[in-house]
Amino acid sequence: MMVKLVSKNFEIPNAHTLEVARNYGRYASLEKLFTMSPDAVTAEVEKSGLRGKGGGGAATGEKWRLIPKNSDKPIYLVINADEGEPGTFKDRQILEFDPHLLIEGIIDSSYAIGAHHAYIYVRGEYVFWINRLQNAIDEAYAAGILGENILGHDYALHVTVHKGAGAYICGEKTALLESLEGKRGHPRLKPKGKEPEWFFGNPTVVNNVETIASVPYIINEGYEAYRAYGSAESPGTMLFGISGQVERPGVYELPYGTSMKEVIYTLCGGIKNGKKLKAIIPGGSSVQILRADEIEDITLDYESLKAHGSSLGTGGMIVMDEEVSIPEVMKNLFEFYHHESCGQCTPCREGTGWVDHILTKILAGKGTQEDFKIILDACDMLNGKTICVFAPSVAFIAQSYIQKFREEFETLIQ
Amino acid sequence: MSTFLFNQDNEEKFSALLERYPDKSSLMLPSLWMVQYQEGWISLDAMQFVAKKLGCSAMDVYSVASFYSMFLLQPIGTHHIQLCKTLSCMLAGAKTLQEHLQNRLGIKAGETTKNGKFTLSLVECLGSCGTSPCMRLNDDYIENLTLEKLDALLEELSK
Repeated sequence: MMVKLVSKNFEIPNAHTLEVARNYGRYASLEKLFTMSPDAVTAEVEKSGLRGKGGGGAATGEKWRLIPKNSDKPIYLVINADEGEPGTFKDRQILEFDPHLLIEGIIDSSYAIGAHHAYIYVRGEYVFWINRLQNAIDEAYAAGILGENILGHDYALHVTVHKGAGAYICGEKTALLESLEGKRGHPRLKPKGKEPEWFFGNPTVVNNVETIASVPYIINEGYEAYRAYGSAESPGTMLFGISGQVERPGVYELPYGTSMKEVIYTLCGGIKNGKKLKAIIPGGSSVQILRADEIEDITLDYESLKAHGSSLGTGGMIVMDEEVSIPEVMKNLFEFYHHESCGQCTPCREGTGWVDHILTKILAGKGTQEDFKIILDACDMLNGKTICVFAPSVAFIAQSYIQKFREEFETLIQ
Repeated sequence: MSTFLFNQDNEEKFSALLERYPDKSSLMLPSLWMVQYQEGWISLDAMQFVAKKLGCSAMDVYSVASFYSMFLLQPIGTHHIQLCKTLSCMLAGAKTLQEHLQNRLGIKAGETTKNGKFTLSLVECLGSCGTSPCMRLNDDYIENLTLEKLDALLEELSK
């Protein structure tokens, strides 16, 4: 069931060191890379259909094409390693077991967009992984793989690790850039048309760790090899992180289109202690919850999850057994969202707090029928009235909990 | 005027980092980290120093320092226990671990023991959902936590 394109070297001892990494194929794509034009590299990635693996699923090649040609300003690549979406723990596997794969992908991608400096924004808590990554970068510099004239070619690239400081919202790419510029992590207003991101006014691409770590395979093997996995609209593979009440939680690389049920019952060994499944949050906590009876035909790809009223998100699945209290789950997540709202937009700052407050009341046995209306009104206020997608996502998930598990809330009220 | 100064190591780091960004305002988070590692926390005095270094106002620095949850604006205990409370850890029993820690240390979440040895914080998702429950002890992750593991650890740290 598993296909190892990105996770191929995860189990090889010391694959995080340059020597072992090179023995197992790392930096092999560079030889081919420098025989290609930057445009041809972008075209290859475009044809592969590679989609962003940080949650949004945007087409990577298309994003790269937004960088203006012949820019007189410097171009930057920024890697989003601010992994903070509850249920998501995949990027840290790449940083831990195969950091040279990420560096290789950064060289491939920077060359394609014409960047000579890349920043890796890693969440502040990941100190171990930051050190591991920095060691790999230092090794690459010492071996002439980074710096001026990479491996004797007429191309220079510098890579700098930037440490975050504990703010979920900085995983949103424009908040990340604000943070990288030394400010509070407040998301920026979206432009009307399509344009690149901007780092100090310079054209910039922001990509997730896993997205960039998928690039060397595409350069090495060609886009058709990548498209051999997954479906037409969701080509390739993704690192799926499964947590919660399964026998074997962990990160598994799977082609898009794999059956969700098979993953849970075969790969992950089923529900812990022989219990029954109650619900699954399929793509990090910010996507709509699914009841056990809804997952029958679901395959792990963008189309299938969308058709079932949820999203693939980050691929971080949280599995809950029959004994879990859904109102408690919802309360837990609203504490999270209330705490992590950046506070820039009033509907989000206040709305998340209101829902959290109402849930506290319901769980204390003091809820009334009126509270459903208040929560759903708050959802209306959260949706479509803020700068970023944080609040709309929160509104959708709140609605899904109330609609799909209303009887559990009713029990607490009566 | 601030009395805080970077130690030599941090001065050198600061100068090296200046070369790596198009604008020195990017050094805000790195500078605050350097202050925190040097002093254990970030005082108003140190913020004035950072402001001078970056050519901005002390209020700008305060605005940023107070936004990020990992920046400590007051001193804490030697051992900072940061227990993850978010969903996957909750499903794995984080609440029981929290109660156990509170009982053993005699403090509530957010407090420091009288001897200054332990601070207990509840934090949001640490990205260890597959190895939950999880906590950080200062900068180190401790995963697949159990009550036994926690007791052994506290025993060791109390010596």
